[in-house]
Amino acid sequence: MSGSTGRRSTLPGFGLTMGLTLTWLSVIILIPLAGLFLKTLELSPDQFWDILSSRRTLNALKISFGLAFAAALVNLVMGTVIVWALVRYRFPGRRIFDAIVDIPFALPTAVAGIALTSLFAQKGWLGAPLAELGIKVAFTPTGIFIAMIFIGIPFVVRTVQPVLIDLDVEIEEAAASLGASRLNTVFRVILPSLIPALLTGFALAFARAVGEYGSVIFIAGNLPNVSEIAPLLIVIRLSEFRYADATAIAVVMLVASFLIIFAVNRIQRWAQMRIPAH
Amino acid sequence: MIRRILPVVAGLFWVGSAFAADVTLLNVSYDPTRELYGDFNKAFAAAYQKETGKSVEIKQSHGGSGSQARAVIDGLQADVVTLALAYDVDAIAAKGLLSADWQKRLPLNASPYTSTIVFLVRKGNPKGIKDWDDLIKPGVDVITPNPKTSGGARWNYLAAWGYALKKYGSADKAKQFVGDIYKNVPVLDTGARGSTVTFVERGVGDVLLAWENEAFLAQREFGKDKFEIVSPPLSILAEPPLSIVDAVADKKGSRAVAEAYLRYWYTKDGQEIAARNSYRPRDPEIAKQYESSFAKVELFTIDDVFGGWAKAQKEHFSEGGVFDQIYKN
Amino acid sequence: MSELQISPGSVRDDLRTEPRLVRGIIIAIALIFLTVFVVLPLVVVFAQAFSRGIGAYVAALSDPEALSAIRLTLCVAAISVSLNLVFGLVAAWAIAKFDFRGKTFLISLIDLPFSVSPVISGLVFVLLFGAQGYWGPWLQSHNVHVLFAVPGIALATIFVTFPFVARALIPLMQEQGTQEEEAAISLGASGLQTFFRVTLPNIKWGVLYGVLLSNARAMGEFGAVSVVSGHIRGETNTMPLLVEILYNEYQFVSSFAIASLLALLALITLVAKTILERHLDEGQLPRGD
Repeated sequence: MSGSTGRRSTLPGFGLTMGLTLTWLSVIILIPLAGLFLKTLELSPDQFWDILSSRRTLNALKISFGLAFAAALVNLVMGTVIVWALVRYRFPGRRIFDAIVDIPFALPTAVAGIALTSLFAQKGWLGAPLAELGIKVAFTPTGIFIAMIFIGIPFVVRTVQPVLIDLDVEIEEAAASLGASRLNTVFRVILPSLIPALLTGFALAFARAVGEYGSVIFIAGNLPNVSEIAPLLIVIRLSEFRYADATAIAVVMLVASFLIIFAVNRIQRWAQMRIPAH
Repeated sequence: MIRRILPVVAGLFWVGSAFAADVTLLNVSYDPTRELYGDFNKAFAAAYQKETGKSVEIKQSHGGSGSQARAVIDGLQADVVTLALAYDVDAIAAKGLLSADWQKRLPLNASPYTSTIVFLVRKGNPKGIKDWDDLIKPGVDVITPNPKTSGGARWNYLAAWGYALKKYGSADKAKQFVGDIYKNVPVLDTGARGSTVTFVERGVGDVLLAWENEAFLAQREFGKDKFEIVSPPLSILAEPPLSIVDAVADKKGSRAVAEAYLRYWYTKDGQEIAARNSYRPRDPEIAKQYESSFAKVELFTIDDVFGGWAKAQKEHFSEGGVFDQIYKN
Repeated sequence: MSELQISPGSVRDDLRTEPRLVRGIIIAIALIFLTVFVVLPLVVVFAQAFSRGIGAYVAALSDPEALSAIRLTLCVAAISVSLNLVFGLVAAWAIAKFDFRGKTFLISLIDLPFSVSPVISGLVFVLLFGAQGYWGPWLQSHNVHVLFAVPGIALATIFVTFPFVARALIPLMQEQGTQEEEAAISLGASGLQTFFRVTLPNIKWGVLYGVLLSNARAMGEFGAVSVVSGHIRGETNTMPLLVEILYNEYQFVSSFAIASLLALLALITLVAKTILERHLDEGQLPRGD
């Protein structure tokens, strides 16, 4: 992994900057996180297991991870469609739509939460017509799903977009001139070269949705076992003074997010090696 | 390295202390008192300025009573706590932050205003809810907060228990009855205000067990054409208590102001503010004046039925207590 | 932008893009999706904020609690962004300009706050600084307040905005390589001179980009701050927390008024981001093949 450029640097300051980086990283990230793990160590394995296997905890984790996965899948598909439209086609307002893709990223989650809630509440602009159809969104698990889709949109679009722009047109032309149908070219030639970016975008959207709190709690019904997400359960346990429960759930989520981020960086390394250095 | 970081850290703390310059009190309170203390703080600040010439600013923090007590235990610098029930103040006292005899330091058990638990139902009372017995009927969704974090929720629970104990005569039957109510509870919010929002805003549930004052407030905010208040014939006398947090007040030197602040509740002005905000005043004169605002309900006290808060808390709400047995999560 | 150079009318063109109908459908799906999920929520915020006229809107924003929340939000953002700016520059130098073992792992650690649930980002500081936590009792006895005060809010905000500047700079500086700096050093410039005269001008747009994004997140953070704030009105409520409180107090217009300020901030951030991205693209052009 290291020495990919194989060049030894003669620049000064490595020791100092690396020292500062590690110190600051430790103070802000590592020590606080270590405190969390230390707190869980106060639990016996049995206690730890009891907390995690309680019905309410399991359901909260299931809701957070399950809905986040489903939302990330929707984002994967819709994100690809959006990227395709933005990169390959010309239509009025394209630049504006390109810019607003980032809104879920820039809009504070609490604002997104109350906005989505009033939009999808029974009297809301979208909630009212949906209610006529017998579909309830706000204060149901569907609401959580909607909020998670909202916050995940930019991740897939922004990771896939640059790759699609840079994609060598010659390969497509070659495929076409060899007689491949358009459908075949898209699915056999273009999409495979987008796979690392798609995976990265999916993983980032998933990670974000799993831990999401602000935009979800307003629109979720917060019913235990039905529409209660894991981060909310942490907050509830904390206010019940059940620190052990809160930390045990937090540790599980933390390990999951670390695995996801590590996977993302691996995918990116892999993608860099797949494509010859530019 | 340390020399680099120190000024930054010092800067952080300077910012932290820069705000608390004037005579400032922090009142850590429970959920439905937001409007009450909004009024009361204004009146007190004016009265205090008139009397002493000094300006005072009262900061508020609101949340579930239990969560708020824990925040104080966790280091929230409250000069005074005005919580939903005595046990939460006792919990703070148990950590040595205030004197154990706090309830004797102010008149009337240190609770200058009282309230009770009523039912808030939707317009026309479609499920015909009149009394506690109607809450255990199948198909009636009951909204009440989490007794582990909310004071109001504990009053709700104990009011139901007291009713069942009187009607059915045994603790076992009462447990069965309260358990049946919680079978009808689809959501446990952490605070009374959260439950009100769930019922009023989100349209979940058929009946909200609420503080009387909170029910009046919801009706005022959303209109009498949407919600009706049903007062059961028998309910509990809820006595929300107040206390100075000695450890903080002594450290900050704010005891005198804090004392004056709490005592202001016992003046006619204070009592009037309570009554205007739909809390039942203790002062007989003011109570008479506002008699028509409050339904006549037979009220029992926690001491009568449960032998005091410490006992009730231990039996019902501690880890593995009756509530845990009823509501397995 | 390379797709603009497609020569129109050539036979291959039909094979290089989709039929008209398919194109139309894809564009329609993309636009409807973005409108429903992104545009409408934004419009709702402003519609609700002004639903009782401009007077109510202005009154909501000039409320002392609102003003104090705005002040606190600005203050916390200034602290956390400037600290993370320094860290980002330092870390990017160490990571982008040198090769060492475990680089992927180190970057993963820096990235961690991106994927940690905001609630956990707050929880860790409660465990450290709470009166029942590891260091809480000692701090209390020395009269230092971290939790339920500005330092705690700042710490939680620094945590969640930790990666932004560093992550904006690392790829940029990696791409730029080390030749220019090495040349400066060999001509006798000191390390700091090299950094300020050679490196910084090259990455200035990237720095701004990182600052912009971390500022947006710092001002908008909700979950982490909510856990450590203590919700003292007029003192430890940031704008996003006030949005929630007002919402729970049935003051919807006030709540959406504060929310509209944050939404405006998001829009400004997006415009600035688009401009910066153009500069960043241009900055890279001379370096291209």
